[in-house]
Amino acid sequence: MIEKALKGSSVYWGWVIFLLCIIGAGFLAYLYQLKVGLGITGMSRDISWGVYIAQFTYFVGVAAGAVMLVIPKYLHHYTKYAKVVVFGEFLAIAAVVMCLLFIVVDIGQPMRMMNVVLHPTPHSMLFYDMIVLNGYLIINIICGYNTLLADKKGLPCPGWVKPFIYLSIPWAISIHTVTAFLYAGLPGRHFWLTAIMAPRFLASAFAAGPSLLVMILLFVRKVTKFDAGEEALQNIARTICYAMIVNFFFMGMEFFTAFYSNIPGHKATLEYLFWGIGEYGNLVPFMRACIVIGFAGIFILLVPPIRRRPLWLAIGCACVFLATWIDKGVGLVIGGFIPNPLEVITEYHPTFPEITIATAIWAVGGLILTVLYKVTISVREEEQRV
Amino acid sequence: MSMDRRKFLKVAGLSTLIGLGGGSAFELLRPGKVDAEMEHEGHHGGHHGEAHEKAEEAGPKTRWAMLIDMKAITKEKAEKIIHVCHHIHNVPDWGNPKDEIKWVWEDEYEHVFTDSYNEYDEVLEKLPFLLMCNHCDEPPCARVCPVEATFRRPDGIVAQDYHRCIGCRFCMAACPYGSRSFNWLDPRIKLKEEMAKKGRKLNKKFPTRMRGVVEKCNFCVERLAEGKQPGCVEACPDVMHFGNLADENSNVRKILRERVSLRRKLELGTKPSVFYLV
Amino acid sequence: MYDSGKVIIGLLIFAGIFLFPFVYQHGSPVEKPKPSLDTPAIKALPVKKCVEDTKFMITTHMQFLNDWRDQALRDGNRWYVNRAGKKVWISLQNTCMKCHSNKKDFCDKCHNYAAVQPYCWDCHFDPNGSKL
Repeated sequence: MIEKALKGSSVYWGWVIFLLCIIGAGFLAYLYQLKVGLGITGMSRDISWGVYIAQFTYFVGVAAGAVMLVIPKYLHHYTKYAKVVVFGEFLAIAAVVMCLLFIVVDIGQPMRMMNVVLHPTPHSMLFYDMIVLNGYLIINIICGYNTLLADKKGLPCPGWVKPFIYLSIPWAISIHTVTAFLYAGLPGRHFWLTAIMAPRFLASAFAAGPSLLVMILLFVRKVTKFDAGEEALQNIARTICYAMIVNFFFMGMEFFTAFYSNIPGHKATLEYLFWGIGEYGNLVPFMRACIVIGFAGIFILLVPPIRRRPLWLAIGCACVFLATWIDKGVGLVIGGFIPNPLEVITEYHPTFPEITIATAIWAVGGLILTVLYKVTISVREEEQRV
Repeated sequence: MSMDRRKFLKVAGLSTLIGLGGGSAFELLRPGKVDAEMEHEGHHGGHHGEAHEKAEEAGPKTRWAMLIDMKAITKEKAEKIIHVCHHIHNVPDWGNPKDEIKWVWEDEYEHVFTDSYNEYDEVLEKLPFLLMCNHCDEPPCARVCPVEATFRRPDGIVAQDYHRCIGCRFCMAACPYGSRSFNWLDPRIKLKEEMAKKGRKLNKKFPTRMRGVVEKCNFCVERLAEGKQPGCVEACPDVMHFGNLADENSNVRKILRERVSLRRKLELGTKPSVFYLV
Repeated sequence: MYDSGKVIIGLLIFAGIFLFPFVYQHGSPVEKPKPSLDTPAIKALPVKKCVEDTKFMITTHMQFLNDWRDQALRDGNRWYVNRAGKKVWISLQNTCMKCHSNKKDFCDKCHNYAAVQPYCWDCHFDPNGSKL
């Protein structure tokens, strides 16, 4: 089945080579980082996690988002998702691989990575994160591959795969819950120390993952013969919209608690992110843009006449994807470190090699997605011909 | 359910004792007493490991603590302590806040006691506070470490195993005191440069670190093993007092009985072992 | 099999590349390393014996040092009692390297031969090393 990825148009191969070039550049930058150390990044004693961990956090969400297709399809037998659910599973595979790579490039002694397995430490949330992320990867490979294989043969999905599909539902919730627990259990980091972290992570995940998926499916409809089906797309868009509303609602709750209680520690990061503190305000334009773009996305996806136009649907999804990315992939992780435990502000400026490495991991995700979707679409096109 | 005042106090006191409400209220009256009592009764939260349980069975426990006398400290003494510590442990001086490694350093009252900063206290405001790892009884850094590279020893020292650390920096995010530093670059590069340019001498009895691991104050565990006092105590014995908090007749307990002391961010329940005598 | 010619040629090329180092090195053995014990501290010893007997140290020093490390650092136990009942202070830098002060002719000899690079010296000091 996978050989279908080896036959494609020149545009397809051009895209693959383009991604490989970015990956190559990132690989060189990573070799440089391995040689010199993480000092080549913009991270510092105060901002000890940066782009890498922020992207990791965001893509755990994208991976978990796939469950928004799996639930209607397998728990409610919503047949309109029958053709697209495998796209969600493959998106999850690409996203989880990205997450794992972001962890690998972030750690200072990657050659000792297996210490996590050699010295299992159940009181550390990272231990569980390792288990749930790798588990989710395997589950999605099993489900995605077998669903597609069955489709290709024109048979129903084999029975032994079903339990894995059902397992993938709570597992998707677990990956993002555990990732939220990485942050929400740390004393002294007021911005992260909030019980609503996991629910908010899930809400933004259910907006982010599917919005990327809709954009891709719209693109696929345009350039190939495969059509995901208008109703499926419209329904995913509704899910995205509601999830995004919930996400912003949760965010608003953070504002209320911090500002009504008027506790300085709880307000500080929000003030920094949205208004800036003194001369420090690097992230203010980003965070404000996040709010504006996010609401624009909600509006576009909420109003049926707008949403039904493919271009606007794509724009709405792009807005949601971007807004959630700024919120989680920029503000949340960096913001948690500002101000530091001594209430001193250090700002963060990612460096060129750091961004090159991060971009390369995006490209790895893109490449995995391209190959898997190429295979899927080839199978679907054959089906439609038959 | 109605509850009269007496009953409420009883419950509140009890919950404080078993660690539900934090030890801060009792702390002010009898410093250190609460934690010692809690351990006596075997009320433990968190993970301490097998060795800890064994030590408990064996009899009296050790819990190392550091007292910093803010009435005796001066800027010069603070600087001397930092110098001595960083030279004993071959800590490089990067000279920039991005790469810097700090085992002990100096900061102002406002930044040290963020939770209880009193802007009308003009005495404390002017003092050079020394900061270091608090060697917490309930260390969040050890709780989050995925490989137990940082862990609490039975004697209360929160140690860092540089051989095992994978450099994930979770502990840096977890430490509410900002006590941890990461080797963003190879520390030997800087040490070499300092040796060449500033004539810095290395302590060949103690190793350096490698790049990619987290480090922090170790309460001079290598000196304690040899029966010596920590370097900072040896440098300024009038400012720094080191002793066993679990022993009622120890030097530190005697001082704590007589002097008013502060500890950082008690509300977080980490139970720091560094006391500031004010 | 489709394209059997191409596949077989490919396999042959792979086997050739893979076997090249073995064929190339055949018949030219590298001399067995002889770690040197020629240091002032060892010369001054009445009985030339390490912490444990030589055979044990040669075969097991890696695990032994790992155990030492964990004992000293993690359990806070700095004394090792050897099989003869003698107490030894646990420290790579301050015990082992006091006698074996010739890292180059002792440690490195075998480690280079076996192409292993233990990371001890990333942090610990080579007593006579000019290099930091």
